Amino acid sequence: MSKPIVATTSLAGCFGCHMSVLDIDDRILELIELVEFNKSPINDIKKFTKKCDIGLIEGGCCNSENVHILKEFREHCRILISVGECAIMGGLPAMRNGIPIGECLEEAYLNGPTVVSNEEKILPNDPELPMLLDRVYPCHEIVKIDYFLPGCPPRADLIWEALVALITGDELKLPYEVVKFD
Amino acid sequence: MGQKITIEPVTRVEGHGKVTIHLNNEGQIEQTRLHIVEFRGFERFVQGRPYWEMPVLVQRLCGICPVSHHLAAAKATDVIVGAGTGEGLTPTGEKMRRLMHYGQIFQSHSLHFFHLASPDLLFGIDSDPSKRNVIQVALQHRDLAVQGVMMRKYGQEIIKATAGKKIHGTGAIPGGINKHLTEEEREYLIHGDDYMNIDKMISWSQDALEFFKEYHKKNKAVIDSFADFPSSYLSLVRKDGAMDLYHGVLRAVDHEGKKILHDVDYQEYFKYIDEEVKSWSYMKFPYLKEIGKSTGWYSVGPLARMNTVEFIDTPLAQKEFEFFKQYNGGKPSHKPMHAHWARLIEILHSAEKIKQLLSDADLMEGELVVRGNKQLEGVGLIEAPRGTLFHHYKIGEDDMITMANLIVSTTNNNQPMNEAVKQVATRVMTGKKEITEGMMNAVEVAIRAYDPCLSCATHALGKMPLEFEMYDVDNILIERKFKD
Repeated sequence: MSKPIVATTSLAGCFGCHMSVLDIDDRILELIELVEFNKSPINDIKKFTKKCDIGLIEGGCCNSENVHILKEFREHCRILISVGECAIMGGLPAMRNGIPIGECLEEAYLNGPTVVSNEEKILPNDPELPMLLDRVYPCHEIVKIDYFLPGCPPRADLIWEALVALITGDELKLPYEVVKFD
Repeated sequence: MGQKITIEPVTRVEGHGKVTIHLNNEGQIEQTRLHIVEFRGFERFVQGRPYWEMPVLVQRLCGICPVSHHLAAAKATDVIVGAGTGEGLTPTGEKMRRLMHYGQIFQSHSLHFFHLASPDLLFGIDSDPSKRNVIQVALQHRDLAVQGVMMRKYGQEIIKATAGKKIHGTGAIPGGINKHLTEEEREYLIHGDDYMNIDKMISWSQDALEFFKEYHKKNKAVIDSFADFPSSYLSLVRKDGAMDLYHGVLRAVDHEGKKILHDVDYQEYFKYIDEEVKSWSYMKFPYLKEIGKSTGWYSVGPLARMNTVEFIDTPLAQKEFEFFKQYNGGKPSHKPMHAHWARLIEILHSAEKIKQLLSDADLMEGELVVRGNKQLEGVGLIEAPRGTLFHHYKIGEDDMITMANLIVSTTNNNQPMNEAVKQVATRVMTGKKEITEGMMNAVEVAIRAYDPCLSCATHALGKMPLEFEMYDVDNILIERKFKD
């Protein structure tokens, strides 16, 4: 059997989940023997070059670009996993969901103590900037997600065990404390 | 025919940046812009939350150096609980936080050097891009890869021992820290097996510096003459002018090393610094008020610190610092590739600091927290791996946040990165009919030299992939290119 192919991306996340993948430490050297990476910051393939077996998604969707990339991952990955709280339920960025987005922009660019020179009241609005969504969406509200790995971020051991379980076909043990705490 | 070129990191990892370059009919560069296309709204949505949540909430800005945000927020809330402005903590509180911070600098800089810089150095900046990545380092230079992985691991183990978790920990609280270092943790960090001991880390840090200096000797052109332009520099320094990554006064120097911000108290940072807002980027443009918007910008980070501090208070790093200064004729270095060198000197400094702290009994016992008279406002600054990080909060009588202002390290480097893009694009693209891989790479290297956290993911894990789109004057796409 050929090596399983893995793709990863970070949407509206902080990249902590990707860092947690690196926290498997020296097992990273085993991982690159076990799987082949496709589109991922780990190896710089920026466009899918083939169908993948496993897609790891960090972060929810806060703008139109996130939605576009997530849909692309669903098209190309047999199994899609929401990794971490932001992908699973929007996470910390979703704290903006109860607040009109205009207020968030005004606070950052008009009201702060170090934007006093912004007398023209400029807000970033260039066509080069992707459209902000009305709120931050968890991934499963945009596409079908097959598995969820809890944590902020999920512990390195959990990510490792989940990948090994998928590759070997064994069942992943997800004890209560891992779901409850990280 | 005028044209617009768009350079876009396609994996769009952490910060989502892209570059646009407009050429006029004569092929002259009319405008270059580095756009930051991400917006989250932290300043607004933390309002109404209790101040003691800030150290754990706000670190979720960034999972790459969360400790920096954790500690800057903790320092701002120290002021709020009346524990002083950086010097009022108990010895245990301050030393545990310093240990956490040096662990963070050690892991973040190691990650950057081994995962980002080493592929360029090992395989050459002009080598086949598809083979110039960290996986190839692991396959072809296993010893070096193991060293990089284990140095990062050691820094992460320090963070776990002080913050409780490797990523998004909870150790620092307003007024101090919530745990001591245990005897087992101390023993492990001093004498651990499988390379996990501080003496190994110091010797590996020295090896990495030697590796770089050897490379430098053989590749002067790559390190010394890429995209340098004059800049001012800003950082915290200790009151006596020593490097201090955890606490100090704010100093800025101009391109000749003359002080332009004179060791001021950072509680009043807003008297000296303001930010310009531009419609085409979510990232603001900080500048020194006294000098003004157009020329008051400055750089932060490892290279900036080499240019602001007068000495380093650990012997091995001081010796390297002296060599660095001597090489640059005692003047500030404006060479972006010298940032790699500076980063390695700071790795060594952090390792020496960690060793000193681990033998300090205050980590194991003593009061953890101090409290005084509550204040309604507090500012916390720290030298994060990528430069000076500002957190500023106000609270109401009910303890809830009413105002939060954040200037993150990479934001301070916004104008310098834009200058670097303009400089490189003008040099390599002016009058050219076709945009080549080499030109794209030059722009990429210019941005990467700042180790910007807007794409620190690609920085940390591999290369920054770029997509170029060329448009004609009517904005019709005429060509699209990808660069690995």
